[in-house]
Amino acid sequence: MNWSWSYFFEYLTNGLMLQGAWTTVWLSVVSMAIGLGLGIVAALMKMYGNRALRYVAEFYIWLFRGTPILIQLVIIYTGLPQIGIRLSVIEAAILGLALNEGAYLAEIIRAGIMAVDKGQDDAGRALGMTWRERMWIVILPQATRTIIPPLGNQFNGMLKTTSLASVISMEELMRNAQMLAQIEFRVLEVYIVAAVWYLVLVTIWHQIQLRIEAHYEKPFGPAAAVASEGERELAKAVRAAGATNT
Amino acid sequence: MSTHGEMAMTETGQATAASAADTLPEPPARPNGKVKTLGEPIVTVEQVHKSFHGNHVLKGVSLTVRQSEVVVIAGRSGSGKSTLLRCIDRLETIDDGRIVACGNLMGFRETNGRRVALRDHEIARQQREMGMVFQNFNLFPHISVIDNITVAPIRIKKVPRAQAREEARALLERVGLPEKENAYPRQLSGGQQQRVAIARALAMKPQVLLFDEPTSALDPEMIAEVLDVMVDLSHQGMTMIVVTHEMGFARAAADRVLLMHEGSIVEDAPPEDFFTKPTSDHTRAFLSKILQH
Repeated sequence: MNWSWSYFFEYLTNGLMLQGAWTTVWLSVVSMAIGLGLGIVAALMKMYGNRALRYVAEFYIWLFRGTPILIQLVIIYTGLPQIGIRLSVIEAAILGLALNEGAYLAEIIRAGIMAVDKGQDDAGRALGMTWRERMWIVILPQATRTIIPPLGNQFNGMLKTTSLASVISMEELMRNAQMLAQIEFRVLEVYIVAAVWYLVLVTIWHQIQLRIEAHYEKPFGPAAAVASEGERELAKAVRAAGATNT
Repeated sequence: MSTHGEMAMTETGQATAASAADTLPEPPARPNGKVKTLGEPIVTVEQVHKSFHGNHVLKGVSLTVRQSEVVVIAGRSGSGKSTLLRCIDRLETIDDGRIVACGNLMGFRETNGRRVALRDHEIARQQREMGMVFQNFNLFPHISVIDNITVAPIRIKKVPRAQAREEARALLERVGLPEKENAYPRQLSGGQQQRVAIARALAMKPQVLLFDEPTSALDPEMIAEVLDVMVDLSHQGMTMIVVTHEMGFARAAADRVLLMHEGSIVEDAPPEDFFTKPTSDHTRAFLSKILQH
């Protein structure tokens, strides 16, 4: 067996790997943020736009969900220069990841908006809110609660999908692992370390996601706390009955 | 919503009508024994027609409500009473006729006899003059009680935050919930939520308050607390149009009681006459039905 723990630990704290992991993090965050913006716009266009806007949104979603992200990245970075559009590696990576993500998020956001009770829109209108005000004040904040769990899932996916940007020589975790592997040929150790780093990032994200979910769930927590007088009496009676039984 | 659901709702409303009547003060107990003086017409509905997918819901309805007047609209579910209310607040568009509320031709601008549909923000401005209270409260569940009350004044009317909060606290006091400002809607009972909804509507200082079956979704023991607030408002001179089955409220606070039947107003009388000498057979049928319980 040719497994070296010393190489493993060396790679685990190797500067190139740490730098790669950091790049993976910010590339994911930036792409996700832009993708979220695109997703919101596409969802609103599809739900509330006129026919032209609706078609544009539907075409965008169809195109980017219907083709592999790998091909999208290669076309943006390697193909577009042929028609005079030259993007840096970083620009191409962010653009490709964000466009792809936005197409998926659009459908998630649309579902979140549809899940908000119609009466909420009535209440906003009755208070004299314009469409835009109802969206930002009433509808989208409530849709967020429905959207957060699938959104977290998408971000988990994004952390790993960034590894595909290595094919356009984006120097993130995967690409840096490849470079290290070519120096000393400790292939197994290098890629296991890369895998460990992805696991660490995803695990940290999971903890953050739980906190965000808890934050948005807070208003919807148990209602028992401030129940009506009658219900309180009933609860007291039930508790008393339970106490005598035990 | 299924017809079945609406019927069930109506039955609870009717079943509780008699009991609520017992708990409310007897006929027009105006403050200081003064006779209420009504002002100028503030809501005028003229020959309004409205259809939903070929279903003719409002068949040329006309109605005038004057300042400080309390008008109760009764009728079976499907008679068009909620639709009429929603048309007045421009939550529904109308097919024909005109509605003038608080000096605004709702939804349109008239230039040289030609009607031009208003834009989103112009309609919103018209809607600000009226407040609406819904059957299912429709409080914003993601923000606290005080934020529910202050969000529109702060974000829409640009009232300074401190002032809006102060006014909201006064309104919570008025609806009897001073200690609930930091609670979330889910933590309140139905009656409490509806009182917060009334406070939220009042926070925009509306000239008219519209109530769409405000007690129909409430448990019987919570109906009185909401009706008390509404009676109180009527004594303070608030103009109110109330769609309800609570005939106890109609007796105590209404200046006029209307009965709608299949998209038309078939009875329009002061409460004493409505209950004792109705002119329409539909009213007699309606009264006999609610008094059976």
